Amino acid sequence: MPVVDLAVTSKRALNESLHALAPDTNETLWRVENPGGQHALAVGLDVPVTVEIAGHAGYYCGGMNRQATIVVEGNAGVGVGENMMSGRIHVLGDASQSAGATAHGGLLVIDGNASARCGTSMKGVDIVVKGSIGPMSAFMAQSGALVVLGDAGDALGDSIYEARLYVRGEVKSLGADCIEKELRDEHRAELRRLLDAAGLDGAVKVEDFRRYGSARTLYNFHVDHAGAY
Amino acid sequence: MCGIVGLFLKDKALEPKLGAMLATMLEVMSDRGPDSAGFAVYGTGDDGIVKLTVRGPALAGVGDALAAAIGTPVTESPNDSHVVLGLATAQEAAARAWLAAERPDLAVTGSGKRIELYKEVGLPGDVARRFDLAGMSGTHGIGHTRMATESAVTTAGAHPFSTGPDQCLVHNGSLSNHSSLRRMLTREGIAFTTENDSEVAAGYLSWKMREGASLAEALEAGLEDLDGFFTFVVGTENGFAVVRDPISCKPAVMAETDDYVAFASEYRALAGLPGVEKAKVFEPEPARVYAWERN
Repeated sequence: MPVVDLAVTSKRALNESLHALAPDTNETLWRVENPGGQHALAVGLDVPVTVEIAGHAGYYCGGMNRQATIVVEGNAGVGVGENMMSGRIHVLGDASQSAGATAHGGLLVIDGNASARCGTSMKGVDIVVKGSIGPMSAFMAQSGALVVLGDAGDALGDSIYEARLYVRGEVKSLGADCIEKELRDEHRAELRRLLDAAGLDGAVKVEDFRRYGSARTLYNFHVDHAGAY
Repeated sequence: MCGIVGLFLKDKALEPKLGAMLATMLEVMSDRGPDSAGFAVYGTGDDGIVKLTVRGPALAGVGDALAAAIGTPVTESPNDSHVVLGLATAQEAAARAWLAAERPDLAVTGSGKRIELYKEVGLPGDVARRFDLAGMSGTHGIGHTRMATESAVTTAGAHPFSTGPDQCLVHNGSLSNHSSLRRMLTREGIAFTTENDSEVAAGYLSWKMREGASLAEALEAGLEDLDGFFTFVVGTENGFAVVRDPISCKPAVMAETDDYVAFASEYRALAGLPGVEKAKVFEPEPARVYAWERN
């Protein structure tokens, strides 16, 4: 198992080593020591390897990730998993603002809380937060699912498109065009799948969640305006 | 972009290391503000004595000249481009009047029983070494690394800003209603020495506290009256407080242990603190005042 100590090796050298891996590499488990909150750790990976970060990560950890599994054994800074395409990122601590922003796919699991703007403009990623999320989360969220076991802050889902939001606790307020919606069987199935994927099999009941989504009054083309074009 | 650091010690045994800890934190934040840097340290103080930190050229002998002019003993502790003058608190007004009249080339960066406040243009690490921040002891301190966005890179524009006794403020962000607030505060007798929006925020808090508010109450009021983006870290003689604007536009992370409370714009600056791996690390919530007070 390769061990990279960021107290002696530069972050750029670490990322270059990870980018140089062949798709069939046998070096499938990497450990990064002394991350010290450095930014842009393990960004832009495109191989099915696992990278364990032994501490706190700075901004944009795992950004643009494809295929890889990244585990942050601490807190993650702004924009963890930003624009992730596939793979899995697991933060054992808290995440800062804009976790999973613009991400297209994959699974982002945060064991602690995520602060403001979690899932901003998410485009297909699934996000499971075991704690609470801050204000302005899922702003302009387009697709994918955001599951929150705790509470959500102000203006959840403001200007949301088609993402599905599931919150077990209190929602402080909903943003413009975001409404509570019926939790149907397909949503229960999706929730079950995501909770299981986040390692919460059986411990959390899907019936305890409420679903929120778009009222579709803001973004849809309105036939009354057809004459304007 | 700017960088902020702050450190408030709970464990007296750490006090000799305050400056060293703060210097390390400040230098890590160079990426966020390489233009200039400044810091305030709350060290020892004597009842009835005020410390004036004075900045400018040709400082040698300024204490003696001041003493002769106002007829009171003045101690003089030079430190590079600054000097700390100690004199009877009752003579502070006379000392400031003499400095303004006879040495208009000098600026008083801070005053109070315990505060010393230094600022200079240059890389934060160089600024810290220039004043030997690492050698300073104290109970709490705050620092700032500046990337100027709206006003010039000058020493006067560097943070912290001090507008009241033993008070200082550092700011990451920008205020949009500083001009109207400045006019109101000037009418209320708060003096400003720069055109900087952050100095207005400092003046606002000084005004509120002069009117009887606690530090926490002044910051609560600021959430109503200050319009713009801000993360503030504020120091008083015995207090230390943090507040962010209601949409938490600017980053902030804190670490608290039994021994200290530390603040930084990014976790990187906290990574070198003793015992930080066991600290409670959290992001201050938007529009919530966090305040600590020493007994």
